[in-house]
Amino acid sequence: MNLIAQLEAEQIAALGKTIPDFKAGDTVRVGFKVTEGSRSRIQNYEGVCIARQGGATISASFTVRKISFGEGVERVFPLYSTNIDSIDVVRRGKVRRAKLYYLRTRRGKSARISEDTTYKPKSE
Amino acid sequence: MRSGIIAKKLGMTRLFLEDGKQVPVTVLHMDNLQVVAQRTADKDGYTAVQLGAGTAKAKRTSAAMRGHFAKASVEPKRKVAEFRVTDDCMIDVGEEITADHYFPGQFVDIAGTSIGKGFAGAMKRHNFGGLRASHGVSVSHRSHGSTGQCQDPGKVFKGKKMAGHLGAVRVTTQNLQVIRTDADRGLIMVKGAVPGSKGGWVTVKDAVKKPVPDSVIIPAALRSAAKAAREAAEAAAAAAAAEAAAAEEARLAAQAAEQDALEAKAAEEALNAGNEPAEGADEGTKKSEGGEA
Repeated sequence: MNLIAQLEAEQIAALGKTIPDFKAGDTVRVGFKVTEGSRSRIQNYEGVCIARQGGATISASFTVRKISFGEGVERVFPLYSTNIDSIDVVRRGKVRRAKLYYLRTRRGKSARISEDTTYKPKSE
Repeated sequence: MRSGIIAKKLGMTRLFLEDGKQVPVTVLHMDNLQVVAQRTADKDGYTAVQLGAGTAKAKRTSAAMRGHFAKASVEPKRKVAEFRVTDDCMIDVGEEITADHYFPGQFVDIAGTSIGKGFAGAMKRHNFGGLRASHGVSVSHRSHGSTGQCQDPGKVFKGKKMAGHLGAVRVTTQNLQVIRTDADRGLIMVKGAVPGSKGGWVTVKDAVKKPVPDSVIIPAALRSAAKAAREAAEAAAAAAAAEAAAAEEARLAAQAAEQDALEAKAAEEALNAGNEPAEGADEGTKKSEGGEA
Protein backbone atom coordinates (compact mmCIF):
# COMPACT_ATOMS: atom_id res chain seq x y z
CA MET A 1 0.00 0.00 0.00
CA ASN A 2 1.46 3.37 -0.89
CA LEU A 3 1.65 6.11 1.70
CA ILE A 4 -1.27 8.11 0.29
CA ALA A 5 -3.58 5.07 0.42
CA GLN A 6 -2.32 4.34 3.93
CA LEU A 7 -3.02 7.92 5.05
CA GLU A 8 -6.51 7.70 3.57
CA ALA A 9 -7.19 4.36 5.27
CA GLU A 10 -6.03 5.84 8.57
CA GLN A 11 -8.28 8.86 8.12
CA ILE A 12 -11.28 6.65 7.27
CA ALA A 13 -10.61 4.64 10.45
CA ALA A 14 -10.17 7.82 12.48
CA LEU A 15 -13.45 9.29 11.21
CA GLY A 16 -15.14 6.14 12.52
CA LYS A 17 -18.17 6.33 10.24
CA THR A 18 -20.48 3.39 9.70
CA ILE A 19 -21.42 3.41 6.05
CA PRO A 20 -24.29 1.04 5.21
CA ASP A 21 -23.96 -1.28 2.24
CA PHE A 22 -25.73 0.46 -0.63
CA LYS A 23 -25.34 0.76 -4.36
CA ALA A 24 -26.84 2.49 -7.35
CA GLY A 25 -30.60 1.84 -7.52
CA ASP A 26 -31.12 1.89 -3.77
CA THR A 27 -33.30 4.57 -2.24
CA VAL A 28 -31.36 6.29 0.53
CA ARG A 29 -32.10 8.92 3.13
CA VAL A 30 -29.14 11.17 3.89
CA GLY A 31 -29.11 13.21 7.08
CA PHE A 32 -27.07 16.29 6.22
CA LYS A 33 -25.96 18.80 8.83
CA VAL A 34 -27.10 22.31 7.95
CA THR A 35 -25.77 25.28 9.88
CA GLU A 36 -27.93 28.39 9.88
CA GLY A 37 -26.10 31.13 11.75
CA SER A 38 -25.09 29.53 15.02
CA ARG A 39 -27.82 26.88 15.00
CA SER A 40 -27.29 23.58 13.27
CA ARG A 41 -29.87 20.95 12.41
CA ILE A 42 -30.15 17.77 10.38
CA GLN A 43 -31.79 18.00 6.97
CA ASN A 44 -32.96 14.78 5.38
CA TYR A 45 -32.57 14.26 1.67
CA GLU A 46 -34.21 11.15 0.29
CA GLY A 47 -33.90 9.84 -3.24
CA VAL A 48 -32.49 7.20 -5.54
CA CYS A 49 -28.75 6.71 -5.48
CA ILE A 50 -27.88 6.81 -9.18
CA ALA A 51 -24.08 6.52 -8.93
CA ARG A 52 -21.22 5.80 -6.59
CA GLN A 53 -17.75 7.10 -7.41
CA GLY A 54 -14.31 6.83 -5.89
CA GLY A 55 -14.32 3.25 -4.63
CA ALA A 56 -12.63 2.74 -1.27
CA THR A 57 -10.77 6.06 -1.20
CA ILE A 58 -11.45 8.98 1.12
CA SER A 59 -12.67 10.97 -1.88
CA ALA A 60 -15.51 8.52 -2.58
CA SER A 61 -18.89 10.13 -3.26
CA PHE A 62 -22.41 9.19 -4.30
CA THR A 63 -25.14 10.92 -6.27
CA VAL A 64 -28.75 11.00 -5.07
CA ARG A 65 -31.55 11.97 -7.44
CA LYS A 66 -35.08 12.90 -6.49
CA ILE A 67 -38.02 14.70 -8.01
CA SER A 68 -38.68 17.84 -6.00
CA PHE A 69 -41.83 19.82 -6.85
CA GLY A 70 -41.86 18.30 -10.31
CA GLU A 71 -38.23 19.16 -10.95
CA GLY A 72 -35.41 16.60 -10.98
CA VAL A 73 -32.76 17.39 -8.38
CA GLU A 74 -29.41 15.66 -8.04
CA ARG A 75 -27.03 16.06 -5.15
CA VAL A 76 -23.52 14.67 -4.82
CA PHE A 77 -22.41 13.79 -1.30
CA PRO A 78 -18.85 12.98 -0.27
CA LEU A 79 -19.20 9.56 1.37
CA TYR A 80 -16.95 10.37 4.33
CA SER A 81 -18.04 13.98 4.81
CA THR A 82 -18.21 15.08 8.43
CA ASN A 83 -21.37 16.96 7.41
CA ILE A 84 -23.22 13.70 6.83
CA ASP A 85 -24.95 12.66 10.01
CA SER A 86 -26.47 9.41 8.76
CA ILE A 87 -27.17 7.36 5.65
CA ASP A 88 -30.20 5.06 5.78
CA VAL A 89 -31.16 2.64 3.07
CA VAL A 90 -34.92 2.93 2.60
CA ARG A 91 -35.37 0.50 -0.26
CA ARG A 92 -33.17 -1.91 -2.19
CA GLY A 93 -33.52 -1.54 -5.94
CA LYS A 94 -32.83 -4.12 -8.63
CA VAL A 95 -30.80 -2.58 -11.46
CA ARG A 96 -28.40 -3.83 -14.10
CA ARG A 97 -26.15 -0.79 -14.34
CA ALA A 98 -23.63 0.82 -12.01
CA LYS A 99 -24.59 4.31 -13.15
CA LEU A 100 -28.28 5.09 -13.63
CA TYR A 101 -27.86 8.24 -15.69
CA TYR A 102 -30.66 7.03 -17.98
CA LEU A 103 -33.11 8.02 -15.25
CA ARG A 104 -32.46 11.67 -16.12
CA THR A 105 -34.38 11.38 -19.35
CA ARG A 106 -37.25 9.45 -17.80
CA ARG A 107 -40.25 10.53 -15.82
CA GLY A 108 -43.00 8.78 -13.91
CA LYS A 109 -43.77 5.17 -14.70
CA SER A 110 -40.66 4.52 -16.80
CA ALA A 111 -38.39 5.94 -14.08
CA ARG A 112 -39.41 3.27 -11.60
CA ILE A 113 -36.93 0.79 -10.19
CA SER A 114 -38.20 -2.60 -9.09
CA GLU A 115 -37.41 -3.68 -5.56
CA ASP A 116 -34.70 -6.23 -4.93
CA THR A 117 -36.44 -8.76 -2.73
CA THR A 118 -33.51 -11.15 -2.74
CA TYR A 119 -31.07 -8.75 -1.06
CA LYS A 120 -28.83 -10.41 1.46
CA PRO A 121 -26.66 -8.31 3.77
CA LYS A 122 -22.97 -8.90 3.39
CA SER A 123 -21.71 -11.09 6.20
CA GLU A 124 -19.12 -9.16 8.19
CA MET B 1 16.47 33.59 7.39
CA ARG B 2 16.01 29.90 8.07
CA SER B 3 16.99 27.03 5.87
CA GLY B 4 14.32 25.52 3.66
CA ILE B 5 13.85 21.81 3.13
CA ILE B 6 13.91 19.33 0.28
CA ALA B 7 10.86 17.10 0.03
CA LYS B 8 9.37 14.58 -2.33
CA LYS B 9 5.85 15.10 -3.62
CA LEU B 10 3.84 11.97 -2.84
CA GLY B 11 0.50 13.05 -4.25
CA MET B 12 -2.76 14.65 -3.26
CA THR B 13 -5.59 13.63 -0.98
CA ARG B 14 -8.22 15.40 1.09
CA LEU B 15 -8.78 15.95 4.78
CA PHE B 16 -12.22 16.13 6.38
CA LEU B 17 -12.23 18.55 9.28
CA GLU B 18 -14.55 18.44 12.28
CA ASP B 19 -16.46 21.52 11.16
CA GLY B 20 -17.55 19.77 7.96
CA LYS B 21 -14.94 21.42 5.74
CA GLN B 22 -12.82 19.38 3.37
CA VAL B 23 -9.34 20.53 2.53
CA PRO B 24 -7.45 19.37 -0.55
CA VAL B 25 -3.86 18.72 0.48
CA THR B 26 -0.60 17.76 -1.17
CA VAL B 27 1.47 15.30 0.84
CA LEU B 28 5.22 16.00 0.91
CA HIS B 29 7.70 13.52 2.28
CA MET B 30 11.01 14.44 3.96
CA ASP B 31 13.26 11.46 3.49
CA ASN B 32 16.57 11.39 5.43
CA LEU B 33 17.02 15.13 5.07
CA GLN B 34 20.51 15.95 6.34
CA VAL B 35 22.96 18.78 6.16
CA VAL B 36 25.73 17.78 3.75
CA ALA B 37 27.89 20.90 3.75
CA GLN B 38 28.10 24.47 4.96
CA ARG B 39 28.94 27.60 3.02
CA THR B 40 30.58 30.23 5.20
CA ALA B 41 31.37 33.88 4.66
CA ASP B 42 35.09 33.26 5.27
CA LYS B 43 35.47 30.50 2.77
CA ASP B 44 32.73 31.05 0.20
CA GLY B 45 31.71 34.67 0.67
CA TYR B 46 28.13 33.81 1.60
CA THR B 47 26.37 31.70 4.22
CA ALA B 48 24.24 28.75 3.26
CA VAL B 49 23.60 25.14 4.12
CA GLN B 50 23.68 22.36 1.60
CA LEU B 51 21.02 19.73 2.28
CA GLY B 52 20.71 16.24 0.88
CA ALA B 53 17.57 14.13 0.74
CA GLY B 54 16.60 10.60 -0.20
CA THR B 55 18.96 7.68 -0.54
CA ALA B 56 21.12 6.85 -3.54
CA LYS B 57 23.04 3.66 -4.20
CA ALA B 58 26.73 4.20 -3.50
CA LYS B 59 27.71 2.46 -6.75
CA ARG B 60 25.51 4.80 -8.78
CA THR B 61 26.97 7.88 -7.09
CA SER B 62 29.95 9.46 -8.79
CA ALA B 63 33.30 9.16 -7.03
CA ALA B 64 33.43 12.92 -6.52
CA MET B 65 30.04 12.98 -4.83
CA ARG B 66 30.91 9.89 -2.79
CA GLY B 67 33.91 11.81 -1.46
CA HIS B 68 31.71 14.83 -0.75
CA PHE B 69 29.22 12.71 1.24
CA ALA B 70 32.04 10.84 2.99
CA LYS B 71 33.50 14.16 4.17
CA ALA B 72 30.17 14.93 5.85
CA SER B 73 29.91 11.26 6.91
CA VAL B 74 26.36 10.94 5.61
CA GLU B 75 24.82 8.30 3.34
CA PRO B 76 24.83 9.15 -0.38
CA LYS B 77 21.86 11.40 -1.12
CA ARG B 78 19.57 11.39 -4.12
CA LYS B 79 18.96 15.10 -4.22
CA VAL B 80 21.19 17.93 -3.04
CA ALA B 81 20.23 21.60 -2.77
CA GLU B 82 21.58 24.73 -1.15
CA PHE B 83 19.60 27.15 1.00
CA ARG B 84 20.82 30.62 1.89
CA VAL B 85 20.67 31.22 5.64
CA THR B 86 21.71 33.95 8.04
CA ASP B 87 24.59 33.33 10.45
CA ASP B 88 22.32 32.50 13.40
CA CYS B 89 20.50 29.81 11.40
CA MET B 90 23.59 27.80 10.51
CA ILE B 91 23.16 24.05 11.06
CA ASP B 92 25.95 21.57 11.79
CA VAL B 93 26.90 19.08 9.10
CA GLY B 94 25.20 15.71 9.54
CA GLU B 95 22.16 17.07 11.42
CA GLU B 96 18.80 15.70 10.31
CA ILE B 97 15.86 18.08 9.85
CA THR B 98 12.38 16.85 10.83
CA ALA B 99 8.89 17.80 9.64
CA ASP B 100 8.36 19.91 12.76
CA HIS B 101 10.36 22.55 10.90
CA TYR B 102 6.97 23.96 9.85
CA PHE B 103 3.90 24.24 12.03
CA PRO B 104 0.26 23.88 10.95
CA GLY B 105 -1.07 27.21 9.74
CA GLN B 106 2.28 28.52 8.54
CA PHE B 107 2.64 29.82 4.99
CA VAL B 108 5.36 28.46 2.75
CA ASP B 109 6.66 28.88 -0.78
CA ILE B 110 7.19 25.66 -2.71
CA ALA B 111 9.28 25.34 -5.84
CA GLY B 112 9.38 22.34 -8.13
CA THR B 113 9.77 21.38 -11.76
CA SER B 114 6.41 21.61 -13.48
CA ILE B 115 5.02 18.74 -15.54
CA GLY B 116 6.31 18.94 -19.12
CA LYS B 117 3.66 19.45 -21.81
CA GLY B 118 5.91 19.23 -24.87
CA PHE B 119 5.41 21.52 -27.87
CA ALA B 120 2.21 23.41 -27.14
CA GLY B 121 0.25 25.89 -29.23
CA ALA B 122 -0.36 29.51 -28.32
CA MET B 123 -3.83 28.79 -26.93
CA LYS B 124 -2.57 26.30 -24.36
CA ARG B 125 0.76 27.99 -23.69
CA HIS B 126 -0.27 31.63 -23.44
CA ASN B 127 -4.05 31.42 -23.08
CA PHE B 128 -4.62 32.99 -26.52
CA GLY B 129 -8.20 33.00 -27.75
CA GLY B 130 -7.61 31.37 -31.12
CA LEU B 131 -9.50 32.27 -34.24
CA ARG B 132 -13.25 32.16 -34.84
CA ALA B 133 -15.15 28.98 -35.44
CA SER B 134 -16.85 30.35 -38.58
CA HIS B 135 -16.90 33.58 -40.63
CA GLY B 136 -14.46 32.25 -43.17
CA VAL B 137 -11.82 30.81 -40.86
CA SER B 138 -10.51 27.59 -42.31
CA VAL B 139 -8.05 25.09 -40.81
CA SER B 140 -6.47 27.62 -38.39
CA HIS B 141 -9.01 27.74 -35.54
CA ARG B 142 -6.33 27.37 -32.86
CA SER B 143 -3.57 29.51 -34.44
CA HIS B 144 -2.13 32.61 -32.76
CA GLY B 145 -3.08 35.00 -35.57
CA SER B 146 -0.97 38.02 -36.44
CA THR B 147 2.51 38.32 -34.98
CA GLY B 148 3.16 41.99 -35.65
CA GLN B 149 2.71 45.06 -37.84
CA CYS B 150 3.74 45.72 -41.47
CA GLN B 151 6.84 46.83 -43.42
CA ASP B 152 7.59 49.11 -40.47
CA PRO B 153 8.99 47.59 -38.21
CA GLY B 154 9.22 44.71 -40.66
CA LYS B 155 10.14 42.12 -38.08
CA VAL B 156 8.63 40.09 -35.29
CA PHE B 157 9.59 41.51 -31.90
CA LYS B 158 11.74 39.44 -29.60
CA GLY B 159 9.77 37.70 -26.88
CA LYS B 160 6.58 37.46 -28.97
CA LYS B 161 4.33 34.88 -27.39
CA MET B 162 4.14 31.98 -29.79
CA ALA B 163 3.85 28.21 -29.80
CA GLY B 164 6.74 26.30 -28.25
CA HIS B 165 7.85 24.11 -25.43
CA LEU B 166 5.61 24.25 -22.36
CA GLY B 167 6.28 23.03 -18.85
CA ALA B 168 9.27 21.23 -17.33
CA VAL B 169 10.58 24.48 -15.86
CA ARG B 170 11.13 25.51 -12.28
CA VAL B 171 7.93 26.98 -10.86
CA THR B 172 7.39 28.50 -7.42
CA THR B 173 3.96 28.57 -5.82
CA GLN B 174 3.79 31.16 -3.06
CA ASN B 175 1.82 31.29 0.19
CA LEU B 176 0.69 27.70 0.50
CA GLN B 177 -0.62 26.91 3.96
CA VAL B 178 0.71 24.01 5.98
CA ILE B 179 -2.27 22.05 7.31
CA ARG B 180 -0.65 19.18 9.18
CA THR B 181 2.80 17.75 9.90
CA ASP B 182 3.90 14.28 10.99
CA ALA B 183 7.47 14.25 12.28
CA ASP B 184 7.56 10.46 12.84
CA ARG B 185 6.95 9.71 9.18
CA GLY B 186 8.39 12.97 7.90
CA LEU B 187 5.20 14.19 6.25
CA ILE B 188 4.04 17.73 5.56
CA MET B 189 0.53 18.34 4.26
CA VAL B 190 0.09 21.57 2.35
CA LYS B 191 -3.22 23.03 1.25
CA GLY B 192 -3.64 23.02 -2.50
CA ALA B 193 -1.49 21.97 -5.41
CA VAL B 194 2.30 21.95 -5.63
CA PRO B 195 4.21 22.18 -8.93
CA GLY B 196 5.55 18.96 -10.41
CA SER B 197 4.56 15.36 -10.75
CA LYS B 198 4.22 12.71 -8.08
CA GLY B 199 7.65 11.55 -6.95
CA GLY B 200 9.22 14.85 -7.98
CA TRP B 201 11.55 16.81 -5.72
CA VAL B 202 10.39 20.15 -4.39
CA THR B 203 11.96 22.73 -2.10
CA VAL B 204 9.93 24.30 0.70
CA LYS B 205 10.83 27.66 2.25
CA ASP B 206 9.19 30.08 4.67
CA ALA B 207 6.90 32.40 2.70
CA VAL B 208 8.74 35.53 1.56
CA LYS B 209 5.57 37.59 1.33
CA LYS B 210 4.47 36.96 4.93
CA PRO B 211 6.25 38.01 8.11
CA VAL B 212 8.21 35.14 9.65
CA PRO B 213 6.07 33.83 12.54
CA ASP B 214 7.57 33.96 16.04
CA SER B 215 6.84 30.30 16.72
CA VAL B 216 9.18 28.93 14.05
CA ILE B 217 12.07 26.84 15.33
CA ILE B 218 15.44 28.58 14.90
CA PRO B 219 17.74 27.42 13.37
CA ALA B 220 15.73 24.33 12.37
CA ALA B 221 13.76 21.41 13.78
CA LEU B 222 16.57 18.92 14.22
CA ARG B 223 16.32 15.21 14.96
CA SER B 224 19.14 15.52 17.56
CA ALA B 225 17.34 18.40 19.33
CA ALA B 226 14.09 16.42 19.32
CA LYS B 227 15.95 13.42 20.71
CA ALA B 228 17.61 15.53 23.41
CA ALA B 229 14.25 17.04 24.33
CA ARG B 230 12.65 13.60 24.48
CA GLU B 231 15.49 12.26 26.62
CA ALA B 232 15.25 15.28 28.92
CA ALA B 233 11.49 14.73 29.19
CA GLU B 234 12.06 11.05 29.90
CA ALA B 235 14.67 11.86 32.54
CA ALA B 236 12.32 14.37 34.12
CA ALA B 237 9.47 11.84 34.00
CA ALA B 238 11.75 9.18 35.54
CA ALA B 239 12.84 11.62 38.27
CA ALA B 240 9.21 12.51 38.94
CA ALA B 241 8.29 8.81 39.03
CA ALA B 242 11.18 8.08 41.43
CA GLU B 243 10.09 10.96 43.61
CA ALA B 244 6.51 9.73 43.54
CA ALA B 245 7.68 6.19 44.38
CA ALA B 246 9.79 7.51 47.26
CA ALA B 247 6.85 9.53 48.53
CA GLU B 248 4.59 6.48 48.21
CA GLU B 249 7.13 4.36 50.10
CA ALA B 250 7.42 6.95 52.84
CA ARG B 251 3.64 7.12 53.06
CA LEU B 252 3.40 3.32 53.23
CA ALA B 253 6.09 3.21 55.91
CA ALA B 254 4.29 5.85 57.90
CA GLN B 255 1.04 3.95 57.48
CA ALA B 256 2.70 0.69 58.56
CA ALA B 257 4.22 2.41 61.58
CA GLU B 258 0.83 3.83 62.45
CA GLN B 259 -0.73 0.39 62.00
CA ASP B 260 1.96 -1.13 64.21
CA ALA B 261 1.32 1.43 66.89
CA LEU B 262 -2.43 0.81 66.67
CA GLU B 263 -2.03 -2.93 66.83
CA ALA B 264 0.45 -2.73 69.68
CA LYS B 265 -2.03 -0.55 71.48
CA ALA B 266 -4.81 -3.03 70.76
CA ALA B 267 -2.67 -5.91 72.01
CA GLU B 268 -1.87 -4.00 75.15
CA GLU B 269 -5.55 -3.33 75.71
CA ALA B 270 -6.30 -7.01 75.12
CA LEU B 271 -3.66 -7.98 77.68
CA ASN B 272 -5.14 -5.57 80.15
CA ALA B 273 -8.61 -7.05 79.55
CA GLY B 274 -7.22 -10.63 79.53
CA ASN B 275 -9.28 -11.77 82.50
CA GLU B 276 -12.56 -11.34 80.61
CA PRO B 277 -13.27 -14.91 79.46
CA ALA B 278 -15.94 -14.17 76.75
CA GLU B 279 -13.46 -12.33 74.46
CA GLY B 280 -10.51 -14.63 75.03
CA ALA B 281 -10.31 -16.13 71.52
CA ASP B 282 -10.70 -12.76 69.81
CA GLU B 283 -7.92 -11.30 71.89
CA GLY B 284 -5.67 -14.21 70.99
CA THR B 285 -5.88 -13.40 67.27
CA LYS B 286 -5.33 -9.76 67.90
CA LYS B 287 -2.23 -10.58 69.84
CA SER B 288 -0.81 -12.76 67.12
CA GLU B 289 -1.44 -10.05 64.52
CA GLY B 290 0.33 -7.57 66.66
CA GLY B 291 3.26 -9.95 66.91
CA GLU B 292 3.51 -10.39 63.14
CA ALA B 293 3.43 -6.70 62.46
